[in-house]
Amino acid sequence: MARILLNDVRKSYAGTQVIHGINMQIADGEFVVIVGPSGCGKSTLLRMVAGLEAITSGTVEIGDKVVNDLEPRQRDIAMVFQNYALYPHMSVRENMAYGLKIARMSKAEIGSRVAKAATMLELEPYLDRKPRALSGGQRQRVAMGRALVREPAALLLDEPLSNLDAKLRVQMRLQIKEMHLRTGQTTLYVTHDQVEAMTLADRLIVMNKGVAEQIATPLEVYQRPASEFVAGFIGSPAMNIFTVSAADGRVTLPGGAVLPLPVPRGGDLRLGLRPEHMRMAEPGEAAIPVVLRSVERLGADAFGYGMIEGSDVSFVLRLPGTSTLDRGDRVEAVPDPAHLHFFDPESGKRIEG
Amino acid sequence: MAESAPLAARRSGRLIAHLWMVLGVIVVAFPVYYVFVASTHSLQTILRPPLPLLPGSEAVRNYSEAFSGGVSRIGGVSLWRLLANTTIVAMGIALGKIAISMASAYAIVFFRFPLRMACFWLIFITLMLPVEVRIQPTYKVMVDLGLINTYPGLILPLIASATATLLFRQFFMTIPDELLEAARVDGAGPWRFFKDILWPLSLTNVAAIFVIQFIYGWTQYLWPLLVTNSNEMNTIVIALKKMVSFADADTPWHLVMVTSVLAILPPILVVVLMQRWFVKGLVETEK
Repeated sequence: MARILLNDVRKSYAGTQVIHGINMQIADGEFVVIVGPSGCGKSTLLRMVAGLEAITSGTVEIGDKVVNDLEPRQRDIAMVFQNYALYPHMSVRENMAYGLKIARMSKAEIGSRVAKAATMLELEPYLDRKPRALSGGQRQRVAMGRALVREPAALLLDEPLSNLDAKLRVQMRLQIKEMHLRTGQTTLYVTHDQVEAMTLADRLIVMNKGVAEQIATPLEVYQRPASEFVAGFIGSPAMNIFTVSAADGRVTLPGGAVLPLPVPRGGDLRLGLRPEHMRMAEPGEAAIPVVLRSVERLGADAFGYGMIEGSDVSFVLRLPGTSTLDRGDRVEAVPDPAHLHFFDPESGKRIEG
Repeated sequence: MAESAPLAARRSGRLIAHLWMVLGVIVVAFPVYYVFVASTHSLQTILRPPLPLLPGSEAVRNYSEAFSGGVSRIGGVSLWRLLANTTIVAMGIALGKIAISMASAYAIVFFRFPLRMACFWLIFITLMLPVEVRIQPTYKVMVDLGLINTYPGLILPLIASATATLLFRQFFMTIPDELLEAARVDGAGPWRFFKDILWPLSLTNVAAIFVIQFIYGWTQYLWPLLVTNSNEMNTIVIALKKMVSFADADTPWHLVMVTSVLAILPPILVVVLMQRWFVKGLVETEK
């Protein structure tokens, strides 16, 4: 086990930079999730740590050792691939033992490690099967087992759950979390799924276009998103973000309504409001007028989708599950002043209020 | 009525298809069968047309005569020696081709080196240069190396194979990148990856290529004819040719036919024994 240090890590392909200088320190035993939309460079970053992609500039340290020029096998890492990449001609047992065999570990040690991993992952009944005789979830567990038996300094996972169906995904997510608590393995986990990111991570790296937009705990990312991109990416349904013009403790909304809000500065601002941080207005209170176009009822909650009255800005808000509001209704929403997010319209960066 | 009509049509269609295929089999198999029939008749029966359509009673005599010196009396070399020669040459060509084409395909698919594509195209272009085209320079090289009348001389020039290289390249390219990466993370170097992962996955392809190339080597005619002048180094096909180069009446046809049957048998044996793998190797897509 070890810490990982990324120091201004950059990657270019034929002159085009795709990773723009990532700095981060991952503590021993920490579970860090790299999250972002497809094409943001998250997998590339992970593969650079793994040694499967060359590092254009900057350094990667694993356990106080610069590993830039080391082969993957010299980096003391293990990796779980999206499509598992199990060796099709080897049994489950051989798949898990292969890396240990190459490392010339004693037969007895290999046997006990494989047995331990198999018990933890409930794979004992399948040890002598070939991967093609396993279900997707079982294959995924074998891939996990293959990584865990190595007891590596760092465990790298590249979208390990994205090939599973929704129910299994939730199950495996819990299992991964539990396993991390048990082994205390330094873990770097790539996903595009914000639920996985929020639930698994000690800390998140939210990436966009090769830049780390924010590196923070999941709660911090949710409560104080560092940029408009992060604000829109984390949270479901996504945060409402629109341009308002601010002056003297008031904002003018698209559509012309005026709302008293504690604004950080005057001029045009991007205002972000989460659907869940809204309440219905009292009679006569200044509010955001929304005309609903549809209501999604999820049982416990309902989400009303509509437009801010007099504009073409769409707006989502959470309603009680018992709400009888429906398409065409007009609601007045008041944002919770404790959960306001202001962003600079130019840079997209958060403006502290 | 309405239902039985299409069914009947299908049945008659199938009948025609079957008849057509049976006809094809007869056309291909009949000469082979006739060779076998001829090998079981005495020389006199063969020389007095028409040749019977059913096997005769001389089989045991013909075959034992061929093996016990009949063939060596005509060709100067025993049938055993011929079979051994041909086996060595065919095996050498098949295994040599597999070794060299796997190695070159491995290099081209899994390694990045300068002029990689140039190498690929060079190999590809040799497809346009069959043995016959480059036979004169090849012969000269063999003479200079002193390889005339030797097994290496018979085998080496026929080993380099663009076809097998391309087949292996196509197969290697279907191996997912992630499998290679998983092996790298597990600590496997290039040699281990080849030995532990690529080779076991390639076995069915190897079997298919072995069958094809074994037959290719077994039936070689022009090159063995050129590069051997001692009877001791003849392959069975060359010996056959030498056996019939007498005047028709002097040719011991019954022994020629026996030799022909024995020349056909080993390739058939190889195909039959490896048929399951052979078909798997050509059609398999499962990864």
